[in-house]
Amino acid sequence: MTNRAELTRRDILKSGAAVASLTLASGVTLMAFGGSADAKGADAGKRWGLLIDAGKCDADCSDCVTACSTENGWGHGDHGSPETDPAWIRKVTLKEQSTGRTVSAPIMCQHCEAPPCVDVCPTGASMQRPDGVVLVDKHICIGCRYCMMACPFKARSFVHEPVADQKVNAPRGNGTVESCTLCVHRVDKGRIPACVEACEQAGHSAILFGDLNDPDSPISKALEQYPSIALRDDLGLNPAVRYQNM
Amino acid sequence: MIMRIALLLACLAAPVWAGDLMPAIPVATGDPHPEGNDYMRRNHMEMMKHDRDLTLREGDRDIGASLGQCFDCHAVEVAGEPVGYDNEQHFCRTCHDYAAVKVDCFMCHTSKPSTDIHRTMATADEPNSIAAYLTRVEGAEQ
Repeated sequence: MTNRAELTRRDILKSGAAVASLTLASGVTLMAFGGSADAKGADAGKRWGLLIDAGKCDADCSDCVTACSTENGWGHGDHGSPETDPAWIRKVTLKEQSTGRTVSAPIMCQHCEAPPCVDVCPTGASMQRPDGVVLVDKHICIGCRYCMMACPFKARSFVHEPVADQKVNAPRGNGTVESCTLCVHRVDKGRIPACVEACEQAGHSAILFGDLNDPDSPISKALEQYPSIALRDDLGLNPAVRYQNM
Repeated sequence: MIMRIALLLACLAAPVWAGDLMPAIPVATGDPHPEGNDYMRRNHMEMMKHDRDLTLREGDRDIGASLGQCFDCHAVEVAGEPVGYDNEQHFCRTCHDYAAVKVDCFMCHTSKPSTDIHRTMATADEPNSIAAYLTRVEGAEQ
């Protein structure tokens, strides 16, 4: 067992090494001293994203919502009031008035590159990780809900009541705001988000997960080859969640 | 002050009372902390605070001090079930109730040990690993 009381100096050196590493081009990193190529944690060279194919999404299926709720432990003490019950991910059905065509797709935090929720947060609780995932630091969230008003996608929820028996990976508590975390606890350990896994298991594979910064990743290739949209593209937020066949 | 000295003397004179005056700390399993108990008593909150920011903000999950790791050795079981923070036998409460220090951790975090956690990196043969997933997706494209 390591003696953590003696780790302090090494930790400082380690963080110094991380600062001294310089990115020359995408994928090429110069380590000035003592750096290691397999840096731990969120990789600033990556940007995780989702491509949701509404053409493959079944209007009657809500497996992604169920999987998210099970994985993250929300939605079990609900009162059946959509205005106040937490919803990290929702199924939305759209109907075009003139043709009658309906499409269904899940909507969750869009993990914007320029997130309005981070802009308006007075405490710095609403934050973006180096890999682009937008999170709420509930340690310093004061529950003001500015972020909920700023979000154009209605992606965030406020916890109105005390919570018990939370999931170990998804701490959530009364008086704080919460939203989709892109299952960072899974992604950091090399696993795909729960909604992506559930959609694949349901036989739809409507949610494609991958690294938007890697031009060879399946998601980047699909975005390059086929038409897709960003929700509220007019706002210029560059979300990491994109939609096809909407 | 005089009361304190009197109390101290009383404690020294009658060690039998010590059990009533001091918190009854539940016995932990596993190896003792190499830092020593004095260090842990004084610094456990700083250690966890430092690592919580690393985990949440930097995504570094290979960390030295987490609530989950405390539970590994310190969790108290009553009738075969681990107790939660609502039970005064919970190991955090034993000292914190005595010191009258309120702990906010469990407003959001679970206060019971959980096996529902991946502490190791996924290997490519696990179906829900990113590597296995990307292989499947690329296979489906061709």
